[in-house]
Amino acid sequence: MELNEFVAHFAEQFDETDASVFTPETVFHELDEWSSLIGLSVIAMVDEEYGIALKGDDVKSSVTIEDLFNKVKARA
Amino acid sequence: MYNPFSLRGKTILITGASSGIGRSTAVECSRLGARCVITGRNAERLQQTMDALVGEGHLQVIADLAITEEIDSLVSGIPAIDGLVNNAGVGFNKPISFVSQSDLERVFQANTFAPMLLTKAILRKKKLNKQGSIVFTSSVSAFGSNYGRSVYGASKSAIMAYMHYCARELAEKQIRVNAVHPAMTETPLIYSGTLTEEDRQKDMAQYPLKRYAKPEEIAYAIIYLLSDAASWTTGTSLIVDGGLSLL
Repeated sequence: MELNEFVAHFAEQFDETDASVFTPETVFHELDEWSSLIGLSVIAMVDEEYGIALKGDDVKSSVTIEDLFNKVKARA
Repeated sequence: MYNPFSLRGKTILITGASSGIGRSTAVECSRLGARCVITGRNAERLQQTMDALVGEGHLQVIADLAITEEIDSLVSGIPAIDGLVNNAGVGFNKPISFVSQSDLERVFQANTFAPMLLTKAILRKKKLNKQGSIVFTSSVSAFGSNYGRSVYGASKSAIMAYMHYCARELAEKQIRVNAVHPAMTETPLIYSGTLTEEDRQKDMAQYPLKRYAKPEEIAYAIIYLLSDAASWTTGTSLIVDGGLSLL
């Protein structure tokens, strides 16, 4: 499982925020476009791409995209 | 004692009785004098419901209603009933663009096809007494709009439509058919994943009554529709939502 690919998938859930904004260190809750619908989309993306069912709390407790990646990786 | 909502002398079949609204409905039905036939998939949790029932003569049957043979053996093995509570269901929360065919099949199987096939089997085997009552647990999501709920809402809307057709067709036999439409209720189903405690608190705050339902508050609505107090009520959707649909 590759971090950059995960960041790209994460970025795909956004329409307004430019893809260049997203890095492993991005504090995603602070992005203007972040919303609970995007949070739900991220959970669905992880299920579809990686076959892992995240909980809402996993997303909430992650600060950066890499934090979330590490949770997904740990369960892969 | 005078009580038009009494279920004394009635036998009621309740699906999804191993937790949540189904368990509460079974317990409250037993308190109002019904003999309950409870069904669910999980033996341990179904036994917990069984242990909570008041009075004698209740039956429990473990069955997976996704499997037609299990529906058939459930129906063959039970006595004639006066009420059927088609309550078993699954939750589902996913944005539209991620919904897969297998998601659709799983949710519609549990929330739509299983109650349709159970209703059919009960009628075909003539297990529902005249003057009987069928209640479906639909949802406020049947009237639609919250994001992530497209598939769940469509499955619950379909069962509402089916309820209307049943009400019309079964009126010939004096069988009444209705639905309850709960909003968010404190059951394991709403703690199953995608929502955080913070999401729930925020969501709760928007309800005019400022909280989610307790399972028994939905059970009482189901019981009204099962009881003789509702003897002139058929084809109705009873919305029990803490005022949510006022918004």
